[in-house]
Amino acid sequence: MHELGIVVHVIEQVEKVAEENNVEKVARLSLEVGEVSSVVPDLFRDCFEWSKKKTKYLQDCELELIILEGLSYCQDCGETYKTTEYAKKCPHCDSYNTYLVTGNEINIKDIQVVS
Amino acid sequence: MLTMGSVRTINLSKSVFEDNGKEADALRAYLKSKNVFLVNVMSSPGAGKTTTLISLINKLSERFRIGVMEADIDSDVDAVKVADKARCKSIQLHTGGMCHLDSAMSRQGLDELGIEDLDIVFLENVGNLVCPAEFDTGAHLDMTILSVPEGDDKPLKYPLIYRKCNLVLINKIDAAPYFDFSFDRCVANIKIRNNNSTVIPISAKTGENMDEAANYFIKIISDGGKNYNA
Repeated sequence: MHELGIVVHVIEQVEKVAEENNVEKVARLSLEVGEVSSVVPDLFRDCFEWSKKKTKYLQDCELELIILEGLSYCQDCGETYKTTEYAKKCPHCDSYNTYLVTGNEINIKDIQVVS
Repeated sequence: MLTMGSVRTINLSKSVFEDNGKEADALRAYLKSKNVFLVNVMSSPGAGKTTTLISLINKLSERFRIGVMEADIDSDVDAVKVADKARCKSIQLHTGGMCHLDSAMSRQGLDELGIEDLDIVFLENVGNLVCPAEFDTGAHLDMTILSVPEGDDKPLKYPLIYRKCNLVLINKIDAAPYFDFSFDRCVANIKIRNNNSTVIPISAKTGENMDEAANYFIKIISDGGKNYNA
């Protein structure tokens, strides 16, 4: 259900770009999805496959998901570490004074269109 | 040569949330120009959003003109309850099965509600800790309600919503004797996610500490709160 909401937003935006560029169809859509963005890739795919049938330009569109690693930065010791393994606590100095650098993204990277 | 259509790549490189974010910024600025303060209220289902709002509105209604937008997947029970018990203008928004509101839905709701005669609008989002946190509604303040039975470790499980909210009300403190709930641990867990968060324990049912919660709103709105988060 959560993935479906995001799929709907992605499709709306891609359909708009397709319309503006006068294309015949969108053949491929590449998305960057962060490891800790709370999107489950398999569920996202299922929602996309279901939703694309209702679109004007994405009927035959292939979905490419590029997973971006979750990395956090520690403001106390300056080290970077894997967020999925250690979450908020820095494994180098045990500080919680950390923030997420990458991994929260859900980006529309590019689309391949046929015109 | 095959007569195929020409294939090309269009580079977009933008966040899925970018368009919504821009619309939300525009809505926030528009509301500010109208001196209307929009509050996005989020929580899991059953944490007490509606009861808390009724209690809060009853404390604030002498000072401010308040409107409420209730968002649910279906039914109008919340809008009816708020209109009845808080005696304020309220409308029900249906999300059509979607688990959150975005800024476009929020704007449509505000148009329907009519903001000309209002100072504060509370938007009661769909009960859910995941999707509502991802979509900016154009609110000036994002708040969440965590109820005692849910456990003090909730902020560890749902990072984004606690990172996003600057006000956390811990509701149902009257039930604390029956649960293994530590306020200190809960506040520490909230601060891990957002160190600037204000945490206020309340009981919307008994009214305990509701004055403090009401004062929070009085303070941010009268202290140029219209600039808050805008």
